[in-house]
Amino acid sequence: MRHESVPIYWRNIPHYYRLVARRCKKCGAVYFPPVVKCRCGSTELENVELPREGRLVEYTVLHQVGTDFLKQKPLIVGLVELSNGVRVAGQIVDAQPDKLAPGAKMEVVFRRVIADGKHGLVMYGYKFRPVGGI
Amino acid sequence: MSRVGVVSWGAYIPKYRIRTEEVARIWGDDPLRIVDVYLVDEKSVEGLDEDAVTIAVEAARRAIRRAGIDPRRIGAVYAGTESKPYAVKPISSILVDALGLSNNAFAVDMEFACKAGSEGLVAAIGLVDSGRAEYGMTVGTDTSQGEPGEHLEYSASSGGAALIVGKDGVAAELEAMYSFVSDTPDFWRREGSPYPMHGEGFTGEPAYFRHIVGAAKGLMEKYGYKPSDFTYAVFHQPNGRFPVRAASMLNIPMEKIKPGIVVTHIGNTYNASALMGFARVLDTAKPGDKILLVPFGSGAGSNAFVFTVTDLIAEKQKTGVPTVEEMLRDKIYVDYAQYLKMRKMIRLFE
Repeated sequence: MRHESVPIYWRNIPHYYRLVARRCKKCGAVYFPPVVKCRCGSTELENVELPREGRLVEYTVLHQVGTDFLKQKPLIVGLVELSNGVRVAGQIVDAQPDKLAPGAKMEVVFRRVIADGKHGLVMYGYKFRPVGGI
Repeated sequence: MSRVGVVSWGAYIPKYRIRTEEVARIWGDDPLRIVDVYLVDEKSVEGLDEDAVTIAVEAARRAIRRAGIDPRRIGAVYAGTESKPYAVKPISSILVDALGLSNNAFAVDMEFACKAGSEGLVAAIGLVDSGRAEYGMTVGTDTSQGEPGEHLEYSASSGGAALIVGKDGVAAELEAMYSFVSDTPDFWRREGSPYPMHGEGFTGEPAYFRHIVGAAKGLMEKYGYKPSDFTYAVFHQPNGRFPVRAASMLNIPMEKIKPGIVVTHIGNTYNASALMGFARVLDTAKPGDKILLVPFGSGAGSNAFVFTVTDLIAEKQKTGVPTVEEMLRDKIYVDYAQYLKMRKMIRLFE
């Protein structure tokens, strides 16, 4: 499988590592992943770091997954509403699927996402996990 | 402003645990004997998507959260480890971007077996004390290796501990530090070797005890301390027996070292071992408590530190950052097959 290229990964480091989103200076809308133009038409956006806590909105368990995640089956993917209301989708780790439920308190964690083979780059980024353990 | 000291601490223990009896079951050892020899009931295991980098980031984020400071004020960051995911590419530069530090930060990874994280503490103290950095950070982080079926496997585990050093908002003021180093062939891993070797006869007396006791005694003699001055003593913890014996050699009673012992519950987290014990003590320490901290690294060397807890400790303990005690209880047990998968010890096509 072709991985995300090294330059693209490098450019995305602020949003992969620290959930750096873009906020419209005119209407205040926050975008994650970042965008270059707001729905209101403004192109004046600033960087803003999203909070690292939230609640689980919904989740699903994937048994058919992409090549990079074959060894991690089953994969839990969920939508988390962060404490400022922004919703972010991501992988859920350190959790047992049958014990997860919408509303569960979640935290952002820093994890390996893709390792490009044995010799290539290890790409890190955000995932979510339940607070206090499930 | 006060004298230089520890402003904040943060620890991270992966959630997964394997029981000593499960490892012993696979390799035909008597689990009761193994537990009796090492006093390790279970050890922490990193998740499949965790490594020394991710563990360092989590511990460091908790230290920053507790400190309540803008991370851009941290002018130096050091990672001490012997489980780097890359042979060449620093953990410390990943920390700069993952933590949101300024690009104007001194950053390097340190290697001295299990002592490197504490050597980062020495470097951070030096920079902060001389006024060249406002705050400095060191992180001890490891997913330590032990050959399957070999005795190291019963203790080699995963975890991280971070300390932020500064002069403003100090929770534990540095009083003294002292080093003791010699060329000792007790434990090594050659370039390209997957697992370390240890010279059996060298592990105890010529390595651990000589350097820990040498550093602690040297510090006490040079700065005029006696064992009764310390409220707590925290030593490197390769197993449960060594720190107890080191304390006995230094005439430090058991009740002063017990609060800092974590190895029984999570194994030897190498660079995080003594720093994790220190973090556990700081989680409950009171103003005026004096803490003797003596990490050790094979090869071999020890740094001994004395810290005095300040009045700010109570406010630093109430920041909502998970305590070491909470992490010791928050766990998911895995069997030996899951453990091999999580530790990436099954060979796969890549």
